[in-house]
Amino acid sequence: MAVIFQKTRGLTDVPTHYCPGCTHGIIHRLVAECLEELGVLDDAIGVAPVGCSVMAYKYFNCDMHEAAHGRAPAVATGIKRVRPDNFVFTYQGDGDLASIGTAEIVHAAHRGEKISTIFVNNAIYGMTGGQMAPTTLVGQKTTTSPYGRDKETQGSPIRMSELLATIEGAVFVERVAVDTPANIRKAKKAIKECFQVQIDKKGFGIVEVLSTCPTNWGLTPPEALKWLQKNLMPYYPLGNFRRPEEVK
Amino acid sequence: MSKVLMKGNEAVGAAAIAAGCRYFFGYPITPQSEVPEYLSRELPKVGGVFVQAESEVAAINMVYGAAGAGGRVLTSSSSPGIALKQEGISYLAGAELPCVIVDMMRGGPGLGSIQPSQTDYFLATRGGGNGDYRLLVLAPSDVQELVDLIMLGFDLADEYRSPVMVLGDGMIGQMMEPVEFKEDLKREAPEKPWATTGTKGQRKPNIINSLYLEAELLEEHNIHLQEKYAKMREKEVRVETYNIENADLVFAAYGTTARIVKTAISKLEEEGYKVGLIRPITLFPYPYDTFKNINPNCKGVLTVEMNAGQMIDDVKIAVEGKIPTYFYGRTGGMVPGPAEIADKAREILGGVR
Repeated sequence: MAVIFQKTRGLTDVPTHYCPGCTHGIIHRLVAECLEELGVLDDAIGVAPVGCSVMAYKYFNCDMHEAAHGRAPAVATGIKRVRPDNFVFTYQGDGDLASIGTAEIVHAAHRGEKISTIFVNNAIYGMTGGQMAPTTLVGQKTTTSPYGRDKETQGSPIRMSELLATIEGAVFVERVAVDTPANIRKAKKAIKECFQVQIDKKGFGIVEVLSTCPTNWGLTPPEALKWLQKNLMPYYPLGNFRRPEEVK
Repeated sequence: MSKVLMKGNEAVGAAAIAAGCRYFFGYPITPQSEVPEYLSRELPKVGGVFVQAESEVAAINMVYGAAGAGGRVLTSSSSPGIALKQEGISYLAGAELPCVIVDMMRGGPGLGSIQPSQTDYFLATRGGGNGDYRLLVLAPSDVQELVDLIMLGFDLADEYRSPVMVLGDGMIGQMMEPVEFKEDLKREAPEKPWATTGTKGQRKPNIINSLYLEAELLEEHNIHLQEKYAKMREKEVRVETYNIENADLVFAAYGTTARIVKTAISKLEEEGYKVGLIRPITLFPYPYDTFKNINPNCKGVLTVEMNAGQMIDDVKIAVEGKIPTYFYGRTGGMVPGPAEIADKAREILGGVR
């Protein structure tokens, strides 16, 4: 019988622990499909973060490291420097990358480490129970901003892609979302291009993926997707901020 | 091979390269900056990699990545920087990754001073990071021993799949002494089938990890780690002793302080005193049993350290209350001289000669 569709070999065959409606599952699959389609899955070494995707090391069907909170880009640096011919990627959330790990991501980009980062931004700490992240929107209620994020005392949300795009060594920077089938296809294209940048040894690449957290946002999965479109997208505009042609 | 005159910190780098280390991740801090300086110059010549990290925290996490990927890897720092590395050291111990960490101790607490000190004994032997873990801790007292222990450290790290700490101080890092590199320069690290090298489609994924969400599994992992530390206690104790069976007073000291104590011992012996020395070379595992060989009529064990009294806790454990214990220490980066150490000994010994 002809095979019309099959699950990517880039994911292991275990159930994930993600909440219903969470978009981590989609993003995992896109990453895994890109690894497989680019032919780098068997050479891939991934780094999982601390946060909701802490157990990503069980889900990607390649060699994996579990890193300390925020340190994935440093761990990936160590791996890539020992194994320059392997494909090395990190998978991080916004608490991990944009808060405790800002030094590590900025300097991995700054050194032009030939690694790829998938940055999942859902504007909240999910795993620890819905606390405020640096990416939380002004006015957004979380368990540590119960009156809504106050710009005066808690600052405005940080735009990591825009920040990283100012760094010479970051040769691919793009923000995507996984809210619609069309955007999911665009997200996959961006991830593939980002990975290709590493394969071509051009420098550091990152794809920021706007994601949902129905559980901690207190919304149903369809409502969460609408909230993302209405609130996250205006503040975090989709698009490419850097690609190799512009770097030259 | 003939002897060469080398500064301690540069000898660390040379010994690491001779031991087959090809990866260094570090951050500048006095009094160890000659280690990264030397390796930034020398590692590229042997096809190695030097990375100056953005912080000590990043450096130790790079070590975690490099060690997990199978590299023979070194990092070095001094006390405040070693404090910052504790996060990564705990993860390295938990994930059972081999590496060598050099601490050239300086005065503390806080930013402290840049002069020599031994204030990180607790941090090194009790685990400065979270969780029940131990490091193999090696304490050289001269530059030759520093070279030998760095080279041994890499082998022990691989054998036990454990981080190894070489605990020196600003003095040994900065002083120059003739050294000889005794081992074959072409040593290779052993096979590491657990390392992340890419599956090549030939095996199941290798995972470098210290997370065990199920308590039963984490307890099992801890039991395994404790069995490893028990094996270290059984097989890896290293100690130098002098005249402990006949002494009326036995000194306990390690590292450069032990050399100063040896000068005090010569002076006391000229005066007719019977004194001895226990110099632990491994601080973990600690040579507790050695203290059982001390003359039972000994008047005391005098611990001398460049701190306010840290190793003395282990000395007290070792003598089990059977011999009085005394302490002499200087802090803040002050180095005790032989005369003041001898004075303290005379005070304890009184008229006994």
